[in-house]
Amino acid sequence: MKGMTVIVKTIASWVKILIFLFGIYIIIFGHLTPGGGFAGGVILASSYVLLMLAFGRKFVEENLSLPLASKLDCLGALLFALIAILGFVFGGIFFVNFLVEKYGQPLELLSAGTIPLSNIAIGLKVGASLFLVILTLSTCCKDFKPGTPSDGKE
Amino acid sequence: MAEFYILLLFIIIAAIIAVETNDLLSSVICVGAIGFGGSLMFLFLRAPDIAITQIVVEVLGLIILIRATIARDLTFITGDREFFGLVVSIVIIFVIFLAGIRVFETLPDFGTAIFARVPDAASQTYISEGLKKTGAANIVASVILDFRAYDTLGEATVLFTSIVGATVILRRKPKKLLEELD
Amino acid sequence: MPYALCFLLFMIGLYCAVVKKNMVKIVIGIMVMEYAVNLFLIMLGYRTGGEAPIIDKGHLESASTFAKFVSSAVDPLPQALVLTAIVISLGSLALMISICIRTYEKYGTFDITEIRRLRG
Repeated sequence: MKGMTVIVKTIASWVKILIFLFGIYIIIFGHLTPGGGFAGGVILASSYVLLMLAFGRKFVEENLSLPLASKLDCLGALLFALIAILGFVFGGIFFVNFLVEKYGQPLELLSAGTIPLSNIAIGLKVGASLFLVILTLSTCCKDFKPGTPSDGKE
Repeated sequence: MAEFYILLLFIIIAAIIAVETNDLLSSVICVGAIGFGGSLMFLFLRAPDIAITQIVVEVLGLIILIRATIARDLTFITGDREFFGLVVSIVIIFVIFLAGIRVFETLPDFGTAIFARVPDAASQTYISEGLKKTGAANIVASVILDFRAYDTLGEATVLFTSIVGATVILRRKPKKLLEELD
Repeated sequence: MPYALCFLLFMIGLYCAVVKKNMVKIVIGIMVMEYAVNLFLIMLGYRTGGEAPIIDKGHLESASTFAKFVSSAVDPLPQALVLTAIVISLGSLALMISICIRTYEKYGTFDITEIRRLRG
């Protein structure tokens, strides 16, 4: 998809870093204030979608290409499974919170065991997944004329 | 209580417009209005996590829907299916409606807490011992990531599978590979 | 009474998904049904005059304020389940729209009765 006018490009280049920072804030403070991994991950994806709408698809694909996004997606899912298996290794039960009461006091930023780590893994996974699907939806089918068979089939 | 009825009325009117109009762009905009009203409704129902998630997911869903419908050369498709299919569909919907009405008599009143009247309900344990056992101040976060972490693992798997499916469906083979095969 | 309005919303979505011919309208009907179900689950856990289930410093001052919070908090279990359901609905919307786009490329129309007759 193509980009937009100069006004939209200027405002988007200022606002995108604020949206990204807000997404990271909601992920990290997920155990103290409302939010958590899912909402923060979707906000991270939407900052990149804003870039794609304002500057065009080619500009974003040079910075965060499709193979890199899918590798980040798999990395997030593997991190989440790793936290679960470490709970089995250290605690004897799959997915147990094996770091609870090891560091920090309640109601502070560094507290609550493996919950912040799980939030970060889920946020990374959801953000990379949704950016990947919107990039794929905008890559396909640019110029289609009805009546001709599409390429890639036979 | 009045704000619930006003918001529900707004949502139902937007849903009727989204279903009945012939222009696809108007119904996509009305779906956006439904999501926005739903997010306000979640805020009044004391669920701030859900309100944040709903409004952000609504924005991305609108972008996906508009991408699918705007770039096409659309014609207005009017009318419904042929007569026999229409009659069968209306009969099925009426039967489901009657079955649903029966359930309403067993539901408690709106606003009474079900979990406070059932002995040893799970939610009582989550509220009263959540901070002591997990150390997280947000009880919903401690429920999805500590007490019920299996559900989150299942959700991550479902999201991963649907995204992989969407990527595979929309893939194009490069032309060079096809020429090498011939 | 709010339960009945939520059920009416579900019926509107079901009508749209079953009766309409346009493929994107069917997808919109499925989305309206998902909104109705999420709303109904959260409405089941509401307590009149309740508070959001988040603890802050004011609740931990003494045992009596904490007991007041425990007796007036809203049910956190449906909120946890609906949170994952909302994100999954976005993933399934992406999958349905990709199927619609592929079908439009092959047949040139969104109409499901035409797709049946163009075979062969």
